[in-house]
Amino acid sequence: MQLTLWTYEGPPHVGAMRIATAMEGVHYVLHAPQGDTYADLLFTMIERLPKRPPVTYTTFQARDLGGDTAELFKTAAREAYERFKPQAMMVGASCTAELIQDDPGGLCKALDLPVPVVALELPSYQRKENWGASETFYQMVRALAGPNAPVPGTPKAERAAGARPRCNILGPSALGFRHRDDLREITGLLLQLGIDINVVAPLGATPADLARLGEAEFNVVLYPEIAALSASWLNRTFGQPATKTIPIGAGATRDFIREVAQLAGVDASAVLANADSRATWYAKSVDSTYLTNKRVFVFGDATHAVAAARVASQEMGFKVVGIGTYSREFAREVRDAAKLYDVDALISDDYLEIEARIAELRPELVLGTQMERHIAKRLGMPCAVISAPVHVQDFPARYSPQMGFEGACVLFDTWVHPLMMGLEEHLIGMFRGDFEFHEDAAPSHLGGHAEPRAASQPTAASLVAETAAATVAAAADTTTMAAATTTAAPWAPEAEKELRKIPFFVRGKARRNTERYAMERSITLITVEALYDAKAHFGS
Amino acid sequence: MSQVIPIQKASAAGCGDAPVLRERGQREVFCGLTGIIWLHRKIQDAFFLVVGSRTCAHLIQSAAGVMIFAEPRFATAIIDERDLAGLADCNDELDRVVTRLLERRPEIKLLFLVGSCPSEVIKLDLSRAASRLSGRFSPDVRVLNYSGSGIETTFTQGEDACLASLVPSLPQAPATARPSLMVVGTLADVVEDQFIRLFQQFGFGSDHPSVRFFPPRSANDLAEIGPNTRFLLAQPFLADTARALEDRGAQRLAAPFPLGVEGTTAWLRAAADAFGVDAATFDKVTAAGRERAATALARHRVQLSGKSVFFFPDSQLEIPIARFLAREMNMQLVEVGTPYLHRQHLSEELDLLPAGTMLSEGQHVENQLDRCREARPDIVVCGLGLANPLEAEGMTTKWAIELVFTPIQGYDQAADLAELFARPLVRRMKLVA
Repeated sequence: MQLTLWTYEGPPHVGAMRIATAMEGVHYVLHAPQGDTYADLLFTMIERLPKRPPVTYTTFQARDLGGDTAELFKTAAREAYERFKPQAMMVGASCTAELIQDDPGGLCKALDLPVPVVALELPSYQRKENWGASETFYQMVRALAGPNAPVPGTPKAERAAGARPRCNILGPSALGFRHRDDLREITGLLLQLGIDINVVAPLGATPADLARLGEAEFNVVLYPEIAALSASWLNRTFGQPATKTIPIGAGATRDFIREVAQLAGVDASAVLANADSRATWYAKSVDSTYLTNKRVFVFGDATHAVAAARVASQEMGFKVVGIGTYSREFAREVRDAAKLYDVDALISDDYLEIEARIAELRPELVLGTQMERHIAKRLGMPCAVISAPVHVQDFPARYSPQMGFEGACVLFDTWVHPLMMGLEEHLIGMFRGDFEFHEDAAPSHLGGHAEPRAASQPTAASLVAETAAATVAAAADTTTMAAATTTAAPWAPEAEKELRKIPFFVRGKARRNTERYAMERSITLITVEALYDAKAHFGS
Repeated sequence: MSQVIPIQKASAAGCGDAPVLRERGQREVFCGLTGIIWLHRKIQDAFFLVVGSRTCAHLIQSAAGVMIFAEPRFATAIIDERDLAGLADCNDELDRVVTRLLERRPEIKLLFLVGSCPSEVIKLDLSRAASRLSGRFSPDVRVLNYSGSGIETTFTQGEDACLASLVPSLPQAPATARPSLMVVGTLADVVEDQFIRLFQQFGFGSDHPSVRFFPPRSANDLAEIGPNTRFLLAQPFLADTARALEDRGAQRLAAPFPLGVEGTTAWLRAAADAFGVDAATFDKVTAAGRERAATALARHRVQLSGKSVFFFPDSQLEIPIARFLAREMNMQLVEVGTPYLHRQHLSEELDLLPAGTMLSEGQHVENQLDRCREARPDIVVCGLGLANPLEAEGMTTKWAIELVFTPIQGYDQAADLAELFARPLVRRMKLVA
């Protein structure tokens, strides 16, 4: 049993819903009790889709459990087929139905529906949403493209002379973080390279489209969390290689272009020569020098976290002080990335653990999910959202991709926006204790007024208790930290005053370093001199 | 399939014994766990621990819409494969989780173990767990349990189950106790305070019959209850709670619900009559509220009068709200769907509904959508899963959940309730123009 306050991922059947909802001509019959229909609102409210997800819930009740829930399932499946006339159906169980073991797949076979029916086995007590989406997509691809697989050993047909190379784009789904816009950006890029798109899946694909996946020469995998499994099966079955580079950031987009060009056998030099991202120039412009070595903490699904860390480090000039993911399935990729930045990867879906790590690292910018946005808000840190789980804000009305050259510009703007502006930060550095320019002042372009850090707390008086609890928890952390240094020398008042003039985000570190320095040298009172000696010793 | 929608004519006959269309099929409603969202705000030192699956955790977080509180007073103990395989004794695991939780949150005085569909299906006995844990943590923490599972409860029934589980904790009033009034059902603090002021003006108070609210704002602030307690339901979905209170000897005062001027007046009058408040005092005390509400409602009546409304089932508030819209806002009721119709508690409401109103109970969402599309009402009251798709089809909708989360009871909220319906209509007009 795991104590959970917030969850990064839903259950696996929600992943299956993301595939069903992304596709056309598919209907999902879910054996589930009343209440599981909440998942519809993820699509209609968060993603603001103008249609209901193509899902029928059997809605069994306690009194049905002694009776015939299997019959209930069959009725629901039959009615759903008759009403929606899908080209293919998916059937499965939610967590509760899994326990009553009605076998939706077997029941559906007995109905003898005239369309392909894909039975999904998604272990709810073991797996989560992204796994469910990946497994569902894989089962659909196998069931629908499988019948067209060549006999093993058949040589691959050569491309007809003069024909353009063709690829599939795999991964974009419903409820994905900017999938809609990434798809447009990458489609444009591929067409520019002279590559045709055979099928995009699951987003917008019909079962008939999945059946002709094998007609492409290679696959572009945009979101490995959803499509890596299918791509690897397609490679084994149809001999289609898949891209590995995730085109997030200008550098990765260039790498992606080279990789795709090689797979397609086209010359990318013209596209690369003309490719330019305004973000690259903005990062070079002198106004951006203040971004140098800003300490960032990165957390999200593995794909976005790894990509964001690369952009942060190589394209923004930040310093990655922590990286993590909630996707255990992709822990290895994140651990490998962490090595590049000489940090330990945090692989966890325990919100409190991530909060503790952020509090400990005190980064100057958090790049995370909506969960980290809340953590950062509470800790008074700037944050930009880079990954699912999604929120209504992650479906902006405007075109706002993460991928490609336009995506790189979006990242630049989104990440810099929560920070102080360059000149403003310099002024704060110069007038540290100034009554207007001080550490608690909010960036002037974000509302202007000096907001106390706790202002992010809800205002209702009833929340006071919670705020107090949070403060107690935070205080407890500080106590632990202080306890570790109880043997440190006391601070002379003027040294303490001088310490206040050091920017707040490095002040804790400066205090610890100075105390360590004093302890190592058996200094009994920390003076201003000792403070600056320590600063010189540790190199700022 | 083509359902004939009866043409309604308001008459004095009411709907007391009107036929009800009962349907069975997919229900587009929340389960009882959702009640935690407002219950944890109301009882400020209570914690709600759902014993369930990842779906339960995801439901509450998604239904709450935004993740407002970094460390909220609810959480989920997610049952995993090991618990199911019997490798880990579920009860030991639960004890471990609760212990960890209470160590972390020493301010918690009342802990609800909330049953879910999976915990019910695997027959995890949460009442035994609750008494075991109560024994261990008393007197600092009381541990109670109730089920908010979707196989047993629909949306607001979760509150009913929660309050019913709290009734046995109410201290017994002696048989000689002075008569007292208890208002039952979660109301926003602001509404409670308004009602307290009215009751005080009626003469309730420290030297007189006392008036208490249930659930209380603090877990230890429990009113005494006994044969001299009269209770007034503030919400229409409290069947089990009412039964539990009656089992303790309390008597329910039959009344419509305090929605709109008419409902609020009749609701207050039921209490006033039971405690011998004279008519002159009653009129004097309520006059200002009634007048203010009447003025405020007039503005919205311009928008709403003559418009037709269709209710999908959601919170059991549908019938009282429909009564308000029909009688005070002059709206036409196309269909009033409710997840569950409690004839006894709603008897006064049903009498007030225009005769011939089409009532439906339970749900077959696809059939109901067919009826709704055919009727093309001016406004549809439905859940979050249906609202945007219906808007995309050109219909105007009102999210039902807002009717639960917004203070709508009493005189000073009557216009707010009307405004919830007027706003989508005004908005549609503005956007088209």
